[in-house]
Amino acid sequence: MSWLHIFILFPLLAAVIIPILFKKIPRVHTGWFVLVVPLAVFIYLLTFLPMVAGGETAMYSLPWIPRFDIHYSLYVDGLGLVFGLIISGIGALVVLYSIYYLSKHREALHNFYVYLMMFLTAMLGVVFSDNMIVLYLFWELTSISSFLLIAYWYARRQSRYGAQKAMLITIFGGFAMLAAIIMLSIMGETFSLQALMAQSDQLVQHELFLPAMILILIGAFTKSVQFPFHIWLPDAMEAPTPISAYLHSATMVKAGIYLVARFTPFFGGAMEWFWIVTGVGLLTLLWGSLLAVKQRDLKALLAFSTISQLGFIMSLLGMGSAALYYGGGDEAHLHSMAILAAVFHLVNHATFKGSLFMVVGIVDHETGTRDLRKLGGLMSIMPISFTLALIGSLSMAGLPPFNGFLSKELFFTGALNAAELDIFRMETYGALIPIVAWTASIFTFVYSIVLVFKTFFGKYQPERLEKEAHEAPWGMLISPLILTVLVVVIFFVPNVLAHYVLEPMMASILPPLAGEFDIHIEAWHGFEPELFMTIGVVVLGAILYATLRKWIVLYNNMPRALSITNAYNSGLKGMESISRKVTDWHMTGFSRDYLRYILVIFVVITGASLFLLDGFSIDTANAANINGFEIILSLVLVGSTAMVVITRSRLTAVIGVGVLGYIVALFFVVLRAPDLALTQLAIETVTVALFLVCFYHLPRLREKEEGDGINVFNLIIAGAVGLLVTLISLSANGHRLFPAISDFYEDAYELAGAGNMVNAILADFRAIDTLLEIFVLCIAGLAAYALIKLRLARREQDENQ
Amino acid sequence: MKTNDVILQTIASVAAFIILAFAAYLFFAGHHEPGGGFIGGLVIASALVLLYIAFDMETVEKGIPVDYKILTGIGIGLSLLTGVGAMVLGYPFLSHTYEYVDFPFFGEIELATSLLFEAGVSLAVVGAILTIILSISEDV
Repeated sequence: MSWLHIFILFPLLAAVIIPILFKKIPRVHTGWFVLVVPLAVFIYLLTFLPMVAGGETAMYSLPWIPRFDIHYSLYVDGLGLVFGLIISGIGALVVLYSIYYLSKHREALHNFYVYLMMFLTAMLGVVFSDNMIVLYLFWELTSISSFLLIAYWYARRQSRYGAQKAMLITIFGGFAMLAAIIMLSIMGETFSLQALMAQSDQLVQHELFLPAMILILIGAFTKSVQFPFHIWLPDAMEAPTPISAYLHSATMVKAGIYLVARFTPFFGGAMEWFWIVTGVGLLTLLWGSLLAVKQRDLKALLAFSTISQLGFIMSLLGMGSAALYYGGGDEAHLHSMAILAAVFHLVNHATFKGSLFMVVGIVDHETGTRDLRKLGGLMSIMPISFTLALIGSLSMAGLPPFNGFLSKELFFTGALNAAELDIFRMETYGALIPIVAWTASIFTFVYSIVLVFKTFFGKYQPERLEKEAHEAPWGMLISPLILTVLVVVIFFVPNVLAHYVLEPMMASILPPLAGEFDIHIEAWHGFEPELFMTIGVVVLGAILYATLRKWIVLYNNMPRALSITNAYNSGLKGMESISRKVTDWHMTGFSRDYLRYILVIFVVITGASLFLLDGFSIDTANAANINGFEIILSLVLVGSTAMVVITRSRLTAVIGVGVLGYIVALFFVVLRAPDLALTQLAIETVTVALFLVCFYHLPRLREKEEGDGINVFNLIIAGAVGLLVTLISLSANGHRLFPAISDFYEDAYELAGAGNMVNAILADFRAIDTLLEIFVLCIAGLAAYALIKLRLARREQDENQ
Repeated sequence: MKTNDVILQTIASVAAFIILAFAAYLFFAGHHEPGGGFIGGLVIASALVLLYIAFDMETVEKGIPVDYKILTGIGIGLSLLTGVGAMVLGYPFLSHTYEYVDFPFFGEIELATSLLFEAGVSLAVVGAILTIILSISEDV
């Protein structure tokens, strides 16, 4: 056990005492105690930074279920560490922000911080786990804690809807991922990620390679809100704003990105991986940016913007995976720039999107609404929030002097490089990549401007706001301020970040190129196509924003029926109604139907398997001779059976059953079983008497005796069952594989001192059967007593009437 | 109208003893001849049922003050105890043994522990059957 093991579980352990602190120390906002946790984790993780920047990695293992190769093993490399720093760092800022955002009097803070700490552990576990099963465990814990946090205000219907939707979609992806993990463990015979990566060269040809890849991607895409699984994120905005800022922009939705990046060394270099990741990423990028423009709710706008930006990062990971195809050399280095852009934008996005969410939370908190149509003119009232929003939005739009500009430039570089690929059939479609990327960037620009201008410019409308607007307290502004300072600082000193953070991350994603990166991020690199593309984005974006009123109506013409949320809702409803129909169709409530199912299935399965396995063969060699008694008794037996079946009177049927029983007793006499004959006689008498008692007490309404009409279907089933059972008995009788064991019992007199062998078997050799049979009899007696005395039957009848 | 069941009652009180004697025979003969605990119990039950048919329930209950539910329990307990007894003596559950003993008047007689087990079976059968029949008849 190392300190890292403890620090990852630290938030979960801290969660245990949070409710106690909340109850015992109500004067102090519980968040202040919680703040220590992510801060401690952050500071601890910082100590790894020099090691990782030096190109080293570390592995800490702790056996958990060694027999199944499941270990709580942690692997520290650039990718995991940077994610860990983002998670704990922004976690600390979010906790600080939430102290001012959530009231300690009105809110159930103990729940909030417990869920949040669960999430923190889960997320840290995801990014540091080396064992895939443990990774999956933490992965599902993020889904569960996210579910709890979205439904934090569980009294609202929309919160519950959003939580359920997020749960269904992410758990679906989680299961796909679990399947992929199992496939990978079959392929590599290990659960360890690093051990698996080491074998990637041999496993490319494995037949499970492609299915595992697709399932891993489904897991990653559902978590990282890629098209078409993005629909849960806008509904998850019902969560408190600190949660939206933390889970749904900076950390959890990047878990899928992490997964794709983590598996790039394994799957990267394959054409399918390149195309799926790039294609889905670009589609998400474009779709998210198009839909973000039309949103009227600030958080919904940011949600679609997050979707779009995650598509941005995802597509870059896809493009960069081409570097692994080359494995080295200039081509590989050229395409590794896309990975650089991906990891760079990942960090940038966490900074500016976190701060934007917090600013939106401030606006919501101080004005009482997030509706863009009601907001406006807040610039002079909330100057600090305005500055923060402006910086965040411009960075998101990709303008200098903010970090978004740098990563966007790199994105264009990556897209242009990818377009020139001559592998993976890129000649045909490659040109589409920069076009899509560029179009999406224009819309990104438009919604970023919408966010700032509609909120802070224009006319102040106090009558439409629920509260009188004023600037937020400083405590609430600290967190977005820190993030915004990072936005600017990263622009001016990107290469420090590149050295300490981005290079180790790239080394994890592209291990063959590790140590050879020559990263030098520049804000100005001459009159290159990227610059003209950015200028184009600004000019076209500005024109589009100016004419926004004219074309925004186009969105109204988009058919609602075609939206994916609609497909999800009707799919859910459809599944419910189909399963209801199926249930209603076969669960009729009539025992006769269930009996039919049982018999038909018996006939089909037994008959078909015996037929296919050639089980029917009748061998009469062992058959005994038939004498006259047996023939006569059999004829009577058949006759009385026919009487029972054909008769239209119940009394006749009971008597017929009695005849059957006595004939069987006679058979026992003929076949020399006196004990059985005696018992059969007595029991048959009792049974018939009980039948008669039952019929005497049948309710009056049903007294009219009616025979069953002949149902052809039942006739066929009955015939088939009879035929099958007869065939099976005949076949079985002709094929005795072993001699009978009754020779042993013939020595009953020596063994048990009993002349009656049957009795010796019942009372001595196999007395436990007898013991249990008298138990059965006793239970039957007590049950009859209880049923009659408690009048259950009658009470039930009363209820039914 | 109350019917006069004098013939039935007279015959029943004689027949019941004959049936019970037959039941005793079946029970004890079971070890060597057809019969045994189960059928013996059934026949005892039929003798009792005959009495219930011939007389009314109060009369029979006065003459034979037995709670058949408890009788069932005693029967099961007896059978179970014979099995447990074997375990106490260090043998597997339900091991039986037998011994030939020379009695002064009857001569040599075989005593088997399985007879105790059978006695339990008989009591349980009598108890269960009569519980069922009596509860049904009380319901009418």
